[in-house]
Amino acid sequence: MTQHVLSLLVENKPGILTRVAALFARRGFNIESLAVGTTEVEGVSRMTVVVSLDGQPLEQVTKQLNKLVNVLKIVELEDQSSVARDHMLVKVRTDSSTRSQVLEAVTLFRARVIDVVSDAVVIEVTGDSAKCQAFIKVLEPFGIKELVQSGAIAISRGSKSMSEKVLR
Amino acid sequence: MATETLSGAQALIRSLELLGVDTVFGLPGGAILPTYDPLMDSTKLRHILVRHEQGAGHAAEGYAAASGKLGVCIATSGPGATNLVTAIADAHMDSVPMLAITGQVNSFAIGTDAFQEADIVGITMPITKHSFLVTNAADIPGVIAAAYEIATTGRPGPVLVDVAKDAQNAKFEFSWPPKIDLPGYKPVTDPHGKQVQAAAEMILKSHKPILYVGGGVIRAEASKELLKLAELLHAPVTTTLMARGAFPDSHPQHLGMPGMHGTVPAVTALQKSDLLITLGARFDDRVTGDVKSFAKGAKVIHVDVDPAEIGKIRHADVPIVGDAKVVISMLIAELESQMKTTKPDFEDWWVFLNGLKERYPLGYNDADDGKLSPQYVIERIGELSGPEAIFAAGVGQHQMWSAQFIKYERPNSWLNSGGAGTMGYAVPAAMGAKVAQPERLVWAIDGDGCFQMTNQELATCTINNIPIKVAIINNSSLGMVRQWQTLFYNSRYSNTDLNTGTDTIMVPDFVKLSESYGCLAIRVEKIEEVDAAIKLAMETNDRPVVIDFIVGRDAMVWPMVPAGVSNDAVQYARDAAPIWDGEE
Repeated sequence: MTQHVLSLLVENKPGILTRVAALFARRGFNIESLAVGTTEVEGVSRMTVVVSLDGQPLEQVTKQLNKLVNVLKIVELEDQSSVARDHMLVKVRTDSSTRSQVLEAVTLFRARVIDVVSDAVVIEVTGDSAKCQAFIKVLEPFGIKELVQSGAIAISRGSKSMSEKVLR
Repeated sequence: MATETLSGAQALIRSLELLGVDTVFGLPGGAILPTYDPLMDSTKLRHILVRHEQGAGHAAEGYAAASGKLGVCIATSGPGATNLVTAIADAHMDSVPMLAITGQVNSFAIGTDAFQEADIVGITMPITKHSFLVTNAADIPGVIAAAYEIATTGRPGPVLVDVAKDAQNAKFEFSWPPKIDLPGYKPVTDPHGKQVQAAAEMILKSHKPILYVGGGVIRAEASKELLKLAELLHAPVTTTLMARGAFPDSHPQHLGMPGMHGTVPAVTALQKSDLLITLGARFDDRVTGDVKSFAKGAKVIHVDVDPAEIGKIRHADVPIVGDAKVVISMLIAELESQMKTTKPDFEDWWVFLNGLKERYPLGYNDADDGKLSPQYVIERIGELSGPEAIFAAGVGQHQMWSAQFIKYERPNSWLNSGGAGTMGYAVPAAMGAKVAQPERLVWAIDGDGCFQMTNQELATCTINNIPIKVAIINNSSLGMVRQWQTLFYNSRYSNTDLNTGTDTIMVPDFVKLSESYGCLAIRVEKIEEVDAAIKLAMETNDRPVVIDFIVGRDAMVWPMVPAGVSNDAVQYARDAAPIWDGEE
């Protein structure tokens, strides 16, 4: 299994998320994560889809996605030439004896505490998925009460813009 | 631009008229009622009231497949719309240009489980080329024009437009033409010149090429170009189930249909070929059998207007994305120039192929049950009707025999449900074809199982003066399923007996049923009655004709490659594999 990060520019039309997600399901492709949001161009949204594939069919995935009328452009973002980030919020059990150790981990991972109560803290962390996973490992012994994670969002390095040539 | 105040419903009808649509098949209901009102006043649109929405869908398909134009069907919300689903799926599999218009509940009621509400856009998402939900009247002209554009260009297909009732009722300022806003839709029709050049080089280097022709050639109206290409190269041709008629059956270079029930020469030629010149075909499993052992020694040139078809099943050595008509024309020009120095020589290949054609022609044995041979009946229908007629088939044994034993000489003369395999396609599709081409003789060749799924459209045919001819190949059973039970399930006939034959309780009696629909209906059981019955049908044009041909139930479709095995295992007849010379 290899993972690929696909960036899709799509028209922001009702049902577009369903169309993309359903296409993956129907063609038997696996979505690892999916993140959607608006872009600098009005009416255009961007999806970052992480797919895991067995060798050959990435081309099939992009060709099938390209057939969706509301899909404007697809690029694969390669590891070396792009940056990908996950965003994670995690609620960790703490008491007076463990809080300082948790806060130390927060500092080490350049995370942030955004809520504190007597028996828990809520921490926010951003990074690639390896960093987020490592952070979870460190926090696990204290007791993770709740965890929520965004899908990866990714962008290419350098000055080129994916949406430059798409519209107008 | 001059504008005019119209309701959404009026705008919908006006848009269809302005796009040149002349016929719509449909059935009204609550949520589409506003649109049916201005439809009544239209002098340019003929509406044909069907008896079931599936009939409207297949009729639109038949209309499109016979004429090459867009087929249009209309239904109301909820069950009206879901009844279209089978026909939409069928059109999607066979790349039929179709516009399905459905009424939807009022926009403020969407999502409330309102009466006759169904999320038809959601339901049809995987089986349409695209779909639209319209909740604003002013969007109607643009959406209808965009739907027309999407359905008819690139790889054709069905587009659904779902219009909320309040959008049909609301008034707005109508103007034409609307702006079509499809930034993500850019079908590629012109191929890369370099790819065409590479294809020509590969063809001239090959020794055993074959033109593997699919339905795309018919949709692209590229038959003339294909004929020219084939004759230029003197290469053999095989036409898939969807492409019957794309190349004349009478042509000596035609090897017949490939695939599960293909001819031995066509199946074998593909297997032994060193180059598949694939034109608008998609390596369907019914053609390839076991993909790994399909045409193992062949390189592949793959021409398709849909880039996703290229490399989907089989790697293409020379992929060419483009419209078949454009690509073939360019290929001819390129070959003509390259052939000044390199001449193709397929003489040895033809010696082999001609041997196959001689030894393994299509044929059948009459059964000894005293009943009519279904193949004979179908063959006679083809011979007496001639190549200018249109033949629509249902799905099953009669479909395969119709593909095998009728000689097709022109494109758009053979209509069937190839990809989806939809039983019940024939009668409504024939109806649609007859509406599109009223001067042509149109046959529905149907099975007794298929006929019982959509025969209610005979009422539509009678009332609207659409005199189609229906030949029921009545073997009193679900014949193809029964054939598989004979071959692979120890002749255990689980639920395939339909009791429509003369030696059964005959429920229903097809003659009485058809008479009640206002058709001329006769039953034929003897070989000497066959020709007279077909001629009577051809002469009768004041009403539809139904002939109930009582045929033997043990007739089987041969040749056959059992599902999932290599095409090398093609059987000419039961337990009779072709005998190969030692030379290969």
